[in-house]
Parts: sequence; structure tokens; C-alpha cells
Amino acid sequence: MRPFRPGDEDNAMNPEIVLDNAARLLEGVQVSLALVGCSLLIAALIAVPLAVLLRSPNGVLRTMANGYSAFFRGSPLIAQLFLIYYGSGQFRPALESIGVWWFFRDAFLCAVLTFSLNSAAYTAELLRGAIDAVPKGQWEAARALGLSRMHLFFKIILPQAFRTALPAYGNEVILLVKASALALVVTVYDLMGTVRLIYSRTFDLSIFFWAAIVYIVFVEVLRILFRTIETRAFRWHVA
Amino acid sequence: MDSLAIFGFGDVGWGWQFVAGLSVTLQVALLALPLGLSVGLAIALTSQSGNRLVRGFASGYTTVFRGTPEILTLFAIYHGGSQLVSTIGRELGFTTGFVLPGVLAGALALGLVFSAYAAEVWRGAIAAVGDGQKEAALSLGLRSHTAFRLVVLPQAFRIAVPGLGNLWLILLKDTALVSIIAVADFMRQVNLAVQSTREPFALYLFACLVYVVLTLISVKALRRLEHRAAIPAGR
Repeated sequence: MRPFRPGDEDNAMNPEIVLDNAARLLEGVQVSLALVGCSLLIAALIAVPLAVLLRSPNGVLRTMANGYSAFFRGSPLIAQLFLIYYGSGQFRPALESIGVWWFFRDAFLCAVLTFSLNSAAYTAELLRGAIDAVPKGQWEAARALGLSRMHLFFKIILPQAFRTALPAYGNEVILLVKASALALVVTVYDLMGTVRLIYSRTFDLSIFFWAAIVYIVFVEVLRILFRTIETRAFRWHVA
Repeated sequence: MDSLAIFGFGDVGWGWQFVAGLSVTLQVALLALPLGLSVGLAIALTSQSGNRLVRGFASGYTTVFRGTPEILTLFAIYHGGSQLVSTIGRELGFTTGFVLPGVLAGALALGLVFSAYAAEVWRGAIAAVGDGQKEAALSLGLRSHTAFRLVVLPQAFRIAVPGLGNLWLILLKDTALVSIIAVADFMRQVNLAVQSTREPFALYLFACLVYVVLTLISVKALRRLEHRAAIPAGR
């Protein structure tokens, strides 16, 4: 894991810097993937109940859900990262006493938590819109068939809402990939963090170029993946 | 209630620094906005060119800036710009190092990112106006240029307002990124306050809420603008 290298100039777009630091960069990519994967999973788990709360007939629940959504969608992710990672440090004794300090001490886990909470807010909003867009007749028909409320929601409404929300969800996933680069501000060495480290040792600008390519490829692969899912997995859906 | 004093304008208060930071935040956003709007429009027009090469450039441009993390664009422009400027300086015989002003680098980077997204909005809006408008204008004897400027663009703008408004909300939050390249924006002032007061939770919560308020104010203003720009019902 030694080489950072270049000190001399005029090494325009030199792939050597990538090869020299391949092991380090690969580790960074793994951290980025883990960051995105974990956050997406947790965000999806929070988003469904949150979308339900956003549509709740109960005013108190709805206001709370709306407040959550406004907070996480209205403030910069970087401020939220600082709040959770550095802010939790202030409550160390309390967090230690309930045995969760190990979690908040870890920058990676704090980043996952922040990204999850943030992405859940966006995902819930677009899921809310998609649920609203399911035609009324679907609710009525399901009720007329005597389905329970659980069945009605999970078997009839949600699958259709997922289909409607899919393109927008694809965008949200892509935004999360890009946002994950922010983890470097709380000292997580993901791809972006590693790239900045390499730059700070070599002053070789081309590392930014290579990193951009990795992110762009990642994003394009996701875009194609989601388009494929749209056309393949939801063939039953008549638009 | 001692800890509340840090938000005030007194001896231990950071109020004035926060106000100064907010003005820098708005400066960055307001510099990036016109850049993003105009470059975005240019890219949208380029993407409709008959020339395949030109079209390819436009789609490459949006792919690059929409696929790269904002912070990476920001670093590349900040450090790249600084290296470029100091190289030019050295060639001209100056020995002192030079750094691209952070506000400029930040506005440039955020403006370029904005433009890539704005291009999509503009393109959709122009397409929604329809060819008929342009054809009618041309048949009235307007030059193609004038027809676009006076007939198509104003109508496209009406349609584009909600989409561009969303981009403004994103831009406003993204300005917080410039704190990383040592620009004394609001976020950075809060970071400095945290370092000196050791009250991270209250200060960062305060920071989030300030941005939420900025967002809410923007949403309100945008709704007004949308209302004004909307095509009157029953035309």
C-alpha cells in the first residue's frame, strides 16, 4: 500500500497513478459500494412506513412525517452528516450508558445512518405520490372483493405504486451514489476519500479524472439496469 | 441558557459570522444560477442540432456532469483552476503561488452541475411548446433567431419554471459543499463555531434548520413565480 508517487509535473492523464494505487482505490470502491448498498436497503425499509404516515388520516402522525421529510429534504446532506457524527459526540455518556456508543463512534456507520435517513425522506415522498396516483377504482375493487386492509395495501396498491415510482426511484439511487462521495467529510475513506488522499500526496489532477470515470460508469450501469427492470420485470403493468 | 448565547450577536455570539456566512452562501448560489441557466439553455439547443457530433457533445456534457459527484467536480475545478492559474503565473514570472478564489470555483462548479440538469428541463420545455409556434413565427417573416427569442423561449420558460425551481432548491443546499474548499460560507462559519464552542449538536441542528427555512422561503417564492408564469386557464 506504499506508492502515492508523482512529484514532477507533466504527467497529463497518466494512468500510472491509478495502477500505483490500485489496491488503495479498490478498497475505496468497496467502501463506497458498501455505503450505498447498506443505505439503500435501510432507506427502503424506512420509506414504506414513512410513505404511509405521510398519507395518514391522523393529523399528528402526518405532521410528524411531514416535518421529518421537510427537515431531511430541506437541509444539506453535509450538515446532516456533521449533525449525526459530530453532534452525537456531545452525548457520549448517555449513548455509552444505553450501549450504542460503538455505533456513533464509527464514521462509516454514521454515514450509513445519515444517508439512510436522508434517502428515506426522498423515497417516501415519491412513493407517496405513486400511491396517490393509483386509480381509486383499484381501492374500491379490492374492498369489494373483501380483501383485508393489509392485503389491499400490500398486494394491490403497493405493487402498482412501485411500478409508477420506479423511474424516479432509479434517479434517487443515482443521486445516492453521488451523495455517498460526501462521506469523506467525516473521514470515511470511500472512493472519493481515497482520491482526495491521493491528490493531497501527489498533486496529480488526473486522479480526479479517473475517479469521475468510475462514478460515471457506475451511474450509467444503474441507469441501464433500471431501464431494464422497467421493461422486463413489470410486463404485467399496462400503462 | 448559557449555550443559547452562541447564537446571538453578543460577545460570545456567532450571530454576525453567521450573517456574513449566509451572504457568502447566497453569493455563491446567485453566481451559479445565471451561469447554470444560460449554459443549460445552450446545451439544450445544442442537443437539438442537426450535426451528430454537436449532439454527441451535448449528451456527453450532461452525462459527465450528472454522473459525477458534485464534490468531485468542485475539487477538480478548484485544484485544477489553481494549478492552471499558478502555472500561467509562473510562465509570466510571478513566484508566489496563486489559488483560485473559492467562491469563484464553487460558483463555477455548481453552475456547471446545475446546467447539466437544467439542459434537460429546457429541452423538455422547448419540445412542449411545439413546432407549430416556431413555424407560425417563421411564416410571419421573423428570422429563426428572433422567432426563438420572442416566441418560443418565453413560452418554454413558463413550462420550465417548476423544473428550474427544483434545481434552485438543490443548488441552495449544494452551496454548503464550498465550505470544504475553505470558502467562508454559512456552513463553514458553523464549523468554526463548533470548533471554538464545542457545541456540535445544537449548532449543526441550527444549521440544518436555517437551510430548511431558506428552502421554505424559496418554495414560497417559487410558488408565486410559478403562479405568475403559469399559462392562464382556458386560453
